[in-house]
Amino acid sequence: MKKHLIASVFVSGVAMATGAAAQEKVVNVYNWSDYIDESILEDFTKETGIKVKYDVFDSNELLETKLLAGKTGYDVVVPSGNFLGRQIQTGVFTPLDKSKLPNLKYMWPVVTDILAKYDPGNKYSVNYMWGTTGIGYNVAKVKERIPDAPLDSWKLALDPEYVLKLKDCGVMMLDAPDEIVPAVMNYLGIDPDSKKPEDLKKAAEYFKKIRPAIRKFHSSEYINALANGDVCLVIGWSGDIKQAASRAEEKNKTVTDPKKKVEIGYIIPKEGAYMFFDNFVIPKDAKNVEEAYAFINYMMKPEVIAKASNYVKYPNGNLESQKYVDKAVLEDKSVYPSLETMKKLYVISPFDQKSQRVLTQVWRDMKRK
Amino acid sequence: MSTEKSRSGRFLLVGIPYAWMLVFFLVPFLIVAKISLSTSVMALPPYAPVVESLTDLWRKIGEFSFFNYLRLVQESIYVESYLSSLWIAFSSTVIMLFIAYPLAYGMARAPKAWRPTLLMLVILPFWTSFLIRVYAWIGILADEGLLNWLLVSLRVVDEPITFLATQRAVYIGIIYSYLPFMVLPLYSSLEKMDETLLEAAQDLGCTSFQAFWRVTFPLSIPGVIAGSFLVFIPAVGEFVIPDLLGGSDTVMIGKTLWEEFFNNRDWPAASAVAITLLLLLVVPIVIFQNAQAKAQEAGR
Repeated sequence: MKKHLIASVFVSGVAMATGAAAQEKVVNVYNWSDYIDESILEDFTKETGIKVKYDVFDSNELLETKLLAGKTGYDVVVPSGNFLGRQIQTGVFTPLDKSKLPNLKYMWPVVTDILAKYDPGNKYSVNYMWGTTGIGYNVAKVKERIPDAPLDSWKLALDPEYVLKLKDCGVMMLDAPDEIVPAVMNYLGIDPDSKKPEDLKKAAEYFKKIRPAIRKFHSSEYINALANGDVCLVIGWSGDIKQAASRAEEKNKTVTDPKKKVEIGYIIPKEGAYMFFDNFVIPKDAKNVEEAYAFINYMMKPEVIAKASNYVKYPNGNLESQKYVDKAVLEDKSVYPSLETMKKLYVISPFDQKSQRVLTQVWRDMKRK
Repeated sequence: MSTEKSRSGRFLLVGIPYAWMLVFFLVPFLIVAKISLSTSVMALPPYAPVVESLTDLWRKIGEFSFFNYLRLVQESIYVESYLSSLWIAFSSTVIMLFIAYPLAYGMARAPKAWRPTLLMLVILPFWTSFLIRVYAWIGILADEGLLNWLLVSLRVVDEPITFLATQRAVYIGIIYSYLPFMVLPLYSSLEKMDETLLEAAQDLGCTSFQAFWRVTFPLSIPGVIAGSFLVFIPAVGEFVIPDLLGGSDTVMIGKTLWEEFFNNRDWPAASAVAITLLLLLVVPIVIFQNAQAKAQEAGR
């Protein structure tokens, strides 16, 4: 009897497994951390029956190394523009069959045009979100230490006169050399897109003056650190800082002591800031290509991507979606910058092998005390 | 007939470890060595030339170069990383020896009934993932962490000490993680020691310290050597501990290799770093073992 039971359990188990394998459609997505409203993934599965396996990373370098090693197992990945540009040259992505992406018609020409600098003809990629790399700060703590803080300028984060005063309350920066080094060059009046070794080194030389103020270089920890009041200034990505601001607001509701309330501000400095674009692409060795198309197309539905922007506080590259984006988000100039501000933003072209080496070396020097 | 059978059995027995070494050490080593002689390009895979067969290898042999090895000498960061890794690994090995020896000694001298339990306690940490244990140290060593809380509340210090992101934290992490590998060989060599030798030494007038120094310690040297190798070699190439616990000031070769691979996406340079590290470790060990074998021969 017992034997029988085991046998029948085994058989039904096998039947279930094979049944599931036959119908279960999956798409494996590799995206940035803190970059999605997870209910969107559930909605997608409900609508299409395709399950989403969702993994996250926090640096372009990590994604690129996985891509170049091949067989990532992912069907959709999300590199940023300058990395996308050089990755396309290696032939690691599938050119998109645009007939499978009818929702492309909703995209925003302003964004697709800039993206075309990295991906000529927009052959391989569809923009997911974009944003700026600027300054996030704890309003009360900065005010307390620097009453006349320049709240519109890189000076706050890059001028030793100001940033050293914030050492005790914590300063963090992205561990992203391709964004911080150009930001420093831009502040020094050098072309942020310069790849000349002497320009990169000038940035490193200058950086020594402010290095003592910096506690840590990290590209994802700062959201919570800022929201919890552990740090008072970061150079980070716009939406992440906005997310920190809303997490702090949530927490403030439970805090009674007004001194412990945290208010976070975000600055797009007047000297100009880096504008980045994170984009969906399909790796050449993706196994679930149809599902990948379905996923990308779904993410371009105006209502869906609007929901994503409302949650992650990043602007998206979908013009039609702006009808559905919350007014508070759409009209927040630190999320969707004004056209005037956008003129001052800059983009960075890909680093080639040689300049990348210099950049890594410069970055290593900058991070050391 | 029977001798033939036993001979083939012996071949099989000897063959298994050799086959293992061939498949899991020599072949990967040769692949990495080959990549280290290539040039990094923006392609898939990101190096050239890509060799598809042995004849292909012959055709493309002119494209290989030692450029990546040359760079290891030219750019100071590599020499600095090698030296600092060797130093960190060496000094933590010495510290571990001082901690592990009394531990192992105590275990070996404990009542027989206790020993399995004590041994179990040494092995117990392995039941939790290495990564999680290192992560746990972040919580312990943080400014507001357990250790500082303890030190401040015991009034040992007034202000929290910064452990995290310093060299100290790297040492703590390495010593904690590798200590069992030092204890176990020491224990096994101390445990099988014949205690009558100590009695004989004392009968001949040795104090207990002299007996330890002239009898116990020399007999435990194989354990000391085995333990030191077991902790020194992986500590040199350690990446996780300096990455999680150390700061940007801790330069170790594992981290430099990571940067070469991930930031510069320069697989050939990363391979050259790895091959050089291997040679730096293997060559002295081989020489040492040869010398030891010769000394043993001479001793006979």
